[in-house]
Amino acid sequence: MASAVPSPLLTVEHMTMRFGGLVAINDLSFSMNKGEITALIGPNGAGKTTVFNCITGFYKPTVGRITLRHGTGRIADTVEAATDDVDAVQPTDDGALFLLERMPDFEITQKAKVARTFQNIRLFSGMTVLENLMVAQHNTLNAASLYTFGGLLGLPSFKAAEKASVEKAKYWLAKTGLTDRADDPAGDLPYGAQRRLEIARAMCTDPIMLCLDEPAAGLNPKESSELNSLIRSIRTDHDCAVILIEHDMSVVMEISDHVVVLDYGTKIADGTPEDIRNDPHVIAAYLGVADTEVDDVEAEVGL
Amino acid sequence: MAASRDDKPATLADILRNALFWTGIALGLFCLLIGLKTDQQANEIVLVPRVGLLAGVLLAVFLFTVAGGLWTSHHQARRAAGKANVTGDAIKRIEPFIKPFLIAFVLTFPFIAIGLSGWQGSLKWIDNFGIQILIYVMLGWGLNVVVGLAGLLDLGYVAFYAVGAYSYSLLATQYGLSFWILLPIAGILAAFWGIILGFPVLRLRGDYLAVVTLAFGEIIRLVLINWVDFSNGYAGISSIPRPTFFGIPFTNDEGGFASVFGLEPSGLYYKIFLFYLILGLALITAYVTTRLRRLPIGRAWEALREDEIACRALGINTVTTKLTAFAIGAMFGGFGGSFFAARQGFISPESFTFIESAQILAIVVLGGAGSLYGVVIAAVGIVGGFEILRELDFLKEVFGNDFDPAQYRALIFGLSMVVIMLWKPRGLVSTRDPSVVLKERKAISSELMKEGHG
Repeated sequence: MASAVPSPLLTVEHMTMRFGGLVAINDLSFSMNKGEITALIGPNGAGKTTVFNCITGFYKPTVGRITLRHGTGRIADTVEAATDDVDAVQPTDDGALFLLERMPDFEITQKAKVARTFQNIRLFSGMTVLENLMVAQHNTLNAASLYTFGGLLGLPSFKAAEKASVEKAKYWLAKTGLTDRADDPAGDLPYGAQRRLEIARAMCTDPIMLCLDEPAAGLNPKESSELNSLIRSIRTDHDCAVILIEHDMSVVMEISDHVVVLDYGTKIADGTPEDIRNDPHVIAAYLGVADTEVDDVEAEVGL
Repeated sequence: MAASRDDKPATLADILRNALFWTGIALGLFCLLIGLKTDQQANEIVLVPRVGLLAGVLLAVFLFTVAGGLWTSHHQARRAAGKANVTGDAIKRIEPFIKPFLIAFVLTFPFIAIGLSGWQGSLKWIDNFGIQILIYVMLGWGLNVVVGLAGLLDLGYVAFYAVGAYSYSLLATQYGLSFWILLPIAGILAAFWGIILGFPVLRLRGDYLAVVTLAFGEIIRLVLINWVDFSNGYAGISSIPRPTFFGIPFTNDEGGFASVFGLEPSGLYYKIFLFYLILGLALITAYVTTRLRRLPIGRAWEALREDEIACRALGINTVTTKLTAFAIGAMFGGFGGSFFAARQGFISPESFTFIESAQILAIVVLGGAGSLYGVVIAAVGIVGGFEILRELDFLKEVFGNDFDPAQYRALIFGLSMVVIMLWKPRGLVSTRDPSVVLKERKAISSELMKEGHG
């Protein structure tokens, strides 16, 4: 998918995250392009979720720069100027450059338009499915309600905005097959539906980049393939780049354009799914042996 | 109690065994506390055994446990038989009639009271019951925003009540401003204090938040006690001006309310006026809080109660969201406080002790966090229950002249807590009404709702 002149949407440079003496991520650099599906894979404890938490602002990386670009133009042209500036946001000709490591978590979703889901599903279980999707549109709606005052008076502009939000929610409900459950509490949904609802909720924030933390965990094969088409549609119909953490290789190899492999916090491979499949470092990491022993072990297990 | 937790209904033998166990515990606990009494005779202390009383208490414990066991096993049997919750269905059927009936009853309450207990007798009902209960209903609804919707446990709500009361009293006595100007000012000042106190504490969660809000409540009270120049300390502020009826004062002389409208002079008009005033304030609180729940901010509060991390991932600024909850809750506390000061005519820090916070919080928790009706029922039960105790003079004929039923309010308080927590752990009205509906409105069971964590 990489075009002739790569113009990345997101670049991560020299990101290191230490928790006390533990180095969870060690000097990680990668980039992802607009309209691409990137998979972040690696054995358990490799630091994948920590990367997500750094990108979405839940952690502040110890070292490193995370840059996101809105609009056209290349990150590399303006990033140094943006870094010298004190602000996290640097306006460009037709968009802006965001230094995510400088922004608080809620602004990363609100302004930089990066949405995420969680490994252990975090829905508002006591609220209905529709309400979950309405909460996701909080910033738009709150501004339309003139920060509550207009909404209290029942201004027509707020009512129109609320109607538009319900329409958007209905669109995503239809897309994720949850229309019939719209008025049920989210906590009552079966597991697979909860996963889909979390994706729908993240999409209701109008992201340009979506981070999915193990979206296929606990899904059966049919649900997994439905998930694949949902993610593809998010990429093509909504012009939203997707980065996902996944252990299910049928999902990873089928839909991703680009795979980044982490092991013990270090990037060990970066490339197309084909490259990754044949990369000896990756095979060694997944088999849990040193690089030099890969051939022996492969012979032993009959690969 | 372990037996009653099982899905299988307990047998009679289980219930009796359980009851005997608790009677034994009670015997161990009370044999010295109740069973023996020390009396002074001449110069020595003698022990007087009180076997009869001890036996009575033990019998009461036994019967109470048996009754409780039978009741739960009956319920479990019914649930096992797959029968729906009958009380819930019944409530649903009469629900459309509850609201108009309640509003009509409350609107005509002073006249019903006058009709039933006469001109003089109604004073007690309007003042001690009507106004008192409505103050707590309003405070309950205000605190409901913080505790019920946003899930922030606030143990110092009375601080904002005090801020409202002192703002009105000081500004009215020092600058002679009218109640109608000071009512919104008191609310705004209380909201402002809500934000000031909110800022440092909102980093805390759960128990820590509760302890710090408790401390802030006490700090406000201690400042009012010790800063004598400002608040006149323990002596309090007296002769706080009364609110007027559009400029007409409630006095018995020429130009007062009674003479302007050509009525018999009576103190009752003022009480009726205060009743409608607090009723109006409470209805405004109810209206605003129900409206807020359907606005983005209200939905964000509830989302915050459900999962704060998910809120942040959706771009919600949790700090401002929590602060607005604190400020709006505090504002209604401030309105309530200025009404309280105007009604009493005298305030001192004694009126704003922790027990007030606890009582308001108990009303919210017993009523069901987040529920408007539940708070009303709990306020009527607790505040009305306390007032009813004063009325039970006939009990003196049973227990002797020394018996003062009003001293048993703590017992009522505790018992109602225990019963509600056993029967309905999430409060009387524990279902949640969705704020927006696509096709069909369904109540959400409290089992799915979170209590909030800070």
